[in-house]
Amino acid sequence: MVWYYDLLQTLSNGVFGTFVKEDRFILLLKGLGVSLELTFFAAIIGLGIGLLVAISRINRIPVVSSIADLYVTIIRGTPVIVQLIIIYFIIIKAIFPAIVTAMIAFGINSGAYVSEIIRAGILAVDRGQMEAARSLGLSYRQAMIKVIVPQAIKNILPALGNEFIVLLKETSVAGYIAIDDLTRAAMKIRNITYDPTTPLFFIAYLYLMMTICLSKMLTSYERRLREGD
Amino acid sequence: MIRVENLHKYFGDNHVLEGIHAHIKPGEVISVIGPSGSGKSTFLRCINLLEKPDEGEIYIKGVPLIENMKRIDALRQQVGMVFQQFNLFPHMSVMGNITMAPKMIKKISDADAKDLAMELLQKVNLSEKADAFPNRLSGGQKQRVAIARALAMHPEIMLFDEPTSALDPEMVGEVLEVIRNLATEGMTMVIVTHEMGFCKEVSDRVFYMDHAIIYEEGTPQQIFEHPQKKRTKIFLSKVL
Repeated sequence: MVWYYDLLQTLSNGVFGTFVKEDRFILLLKGLGVSLELTFFAAIIGLGIGLLVAISRINRIPVVSSIADLYVTIIRGTPVIVQLIIIYFIIIKAIFPAIVTAMIAFGINSGAYVSEIIRAGILAVDRGQMEAARSLGLSYRQAMIKVIVPQAIKNILPALGNEFIVLLKETSVAGYIAIDDLTRAAMKIRNITYDPTTPLFFIAYLYLMMTICLSKMLTSYERRLREGD
Repeated sequence: MIRVENLHKYFGDNHVLEGIHAHIKPGEVISVIGPSGSGKSTFLRCINLLEKPDEGEIYIKGVPLIENMKRIDALRQQVGMVFQQFNLFPHMSVMGNITMAPKMIKKISDADAKDLAMELLQKVNLSEKADAFPNRLSGGQKQRVAIARALAMHPEIMLFDEPTSALDPEMVGEVLEVIRNLATEGMTMVIVTHEMGFCKEVSDRVFYMDHAIIYEEGTPQQIFEHPQKKRTKIFLSKVL
């Protein structure tokens, strides 16, 4: 029974050192708040950028759509950490505080993926739908709003939800530019306690719970959308 | 009603319409027949500019369409179109499908649009399906709703692009019945079809298309009983 007792001892020491001593759980709570805030605003920025980029690419607006193509290629072809660091150190560090820079960087990153999701969702709507709407006398814009977009949303929403789940996980690299998000809070605690196990497993568990919740919400939303079919 | 002059259309290197000339009078019912790939559908789709011709001009009631490309949305309202694949809007009920365009473009009230839709549904024998969604309808019912939807804009011309080709055989009759009634009411119609019996019965004139032109045209009697040209004879001997 001795090994069992030792394990218990180690675990409770870990929990005490990681969460209780010097109120360290507050660090983690704050980190969680920062991660959520970062994800939320990056998602909004990404959605805005993604919409604009998708619209300009679908309509093949000259110049704008080539810039949009280039943007999507570059963002999807480089690591998010590299983008984050470049945007932070080289481009906009001087203007905004780190957290805002991170929101913009993750927003710009997410926008490229969101634009592809929206574009694919719109292109997946059968060509006959546009033709039928136009043959009734609707303008291109009216046909888009009344006929194409409502159908495209059913294609877009599930993939968009996934993108936000990915985004939540990706914000864990925000520590690279000294932002105290959930992951960095855990690392800080580890540096004090020399116990990596407890804080790291704990935040892994937190991330997992959050993504599971999000995808549960997504699934039930999708089911409701399908009922209309 | 419709005048088509020297219509040319290319898909890449493929010359699919090589100079179509046609003159269709008000109230005339025209059937367009011919082997697949002869340009029948493309010709029909050019009449409301779903395909933009590369050369030539189309006059609807004397108004040149291509010259007035900017007003195309308004000009299209006079021309209803029915597609092979129905193309009903799956996210709207039957009622929604029919009332959407009149409400949006002609700004008619909800109540008026509903009355109009019920009237049209009666005409196509589907009054009881007003609140159903398209995925609950059979092919024949879908096509009849599609016809009602096109009629809701009060077009003066109706185009039918192989309206029965995607239907199970037992449903062809109910759709042809609706088209036949429209013909009796004096609607100007152009019908691309493979239903030779129906074509013979309902049309005033038949266009036989082959090799990207109207190869031979005439009354159903002339075309079906006394075809003059070689390819017309060969085609009819295969399909009749």
